[in-house]
Amino acid sequence: MNKVLSVITIVVFSFISSNAFSGDDGKIEINGKKNGKIEVKDCFEKVNRGIFSFNQVLDKAIFKPLAKGYRIFPQPIRSGTSNALTNLSNTVTIPNNILQGQFKNAGINSARFIINTTLGIGGIFDVASYYGLKKRDKEDYGQTLGVWGAGPGCYLVLPILGPSTVRDSIGSIVNMTGGDAWYNVTVVNQTQYFSEADYYASRLLTGIDFRAKNLESFESLENSSVDLYASVRSLYLQDRYRKVRNIDKTTETLSDDDWEELDSQ
Amino acid sequence: MRFFKYLIFFIYIFNFNNILLAKDPSALINEIVDEAASTLSSEDPVESKIIKLNAIAEKSVDIKGIGMYTLGKYRKTLNDEQKLKYQKLFRSYFLKSFSSRLVDYTNPKINVISQKKINDKYTIVNSVLEATSKRPQVNIDWRIYTKNPERPLIRDLIVEGLSLARTQKEEFNSIIQNNDGDINALFKTLEEFLIK
Repeated sequence: MNKVLSVITIVVFSFISSNAFSGDDGKIEINGKKNGKIEVKDCFEKVNRGIFSFNQVLDKAIFKPLAKGYRIFPQPIRSGTSNALTNLSNTVTIPNNILQGQFKNAGINSARFIINTTLGIGGIFDVASYYGLKKRDKEDYGQTLGVWGAGPGCYLVLPILGPSTVRDSIGSIVNMTGGDAWYNVTVVNQTQYFSEADYYASRLLTGIDFRAKNLESFESLENSSVDLYASVRSLYLQDRYRKVRNIDKTTETLSDDDWEELDSQ
Repeated sequence: MRFFKYLIFFIYIFNFNNILLAKDPSALINEIVDEAASTLSSEDPVESKIIKLNAIAEKSVDIKGIGMYTLGKYRKTLNDEQKLKYQKLFRSYFLKSFSSRLVDYTNPKINVISQKKINDKYTIVNSVLEATSKRPQVNIDWRIYTKNPERPLIRDLIVEGLSLARTQKEEFNSIIQNNDGDINALFKTLEEFLIK
């Protein structure tokens, strides 16, 4: 029972910590100039929409109020919390840097992790940036699978977890099967320093922190959308497309196809 | 020979005028950001702010172009009457959505960082929305349609790499698709949004 609750808790807080939003006609095309066209099918759209509505109810009842409460804390406390959580996420980012062949980033992230955990008092202060080691993008196992050539598969909405794809869901499972050092030292092998509670507290805080940073943008999206489900799906898939390809520049994500066609009409 | 002299002179003057009349895309963004900021920070009532924001949008955004883009593959299925109805509905939808999103901001600070010309028709202007105590810094890129250099127009906003025009297109296409390709379903949805 305890394990079931543990898994549910992880799922809950993975949902709100997923810093991505979520494409049309059951087939969403994500275009890339360099990589051709990728189609993501919404194979289970009816079921996905049902789960999406359920998640919305949970968000309104639990996560949004928690995020609003968190906003009451002074900015330095929220920044420190955010820094510490970002520091912890290196336990997943560093192995994925290595798996994707980003050895320089793996080195920088490792150095950042060591410096911020020690001099930065558990990651509360980003001392590494002060020494010129600037923050790198987060990486996860779903991205790594994408870099290795795995397609996204069907679009999914998971209960509480939110938007995902088959590939990204498999990536999340890797976290809980040895791929996340922080999970390993807290949940799998409880040590005298850390317990399961620390892991769940960190997931909870990550979720609340993310939701609090995006309160207005979520609200704006809800108010202006005529099909919120489709908007979230589109945003999530666009975001994952960029992350898998590690694209920083907007010009690399743009496809002029539809605009070109429009201009010629 | 004299003819050629006149011709060269004419071409020179013509090009020079074009250069003078051409508007820099970054200047366009700076201009509308300043206008919007001044409107939003004024003491005007909300209704007055909405009217001013809509005027800014109408002169600087290619609402008609975005509207047709967001129809995606269904664009070709519309007859002239449906096209007119859609353009009218989309314009109202866009303006309502645009002003209601912005009116809650008191004084957003957007700094233009750089611009990159993709081709003769498009330039991307990169900007940053400064962080506040409530939210982190946000990167905003503007897709500017520069086919008419004298009147560049905004066609898309790319927030942290996510295209709002594409999101809108996929949203509209989802509504049409889930109603067996019936464009009237989208009309009904937009009408309902407008009376909300």
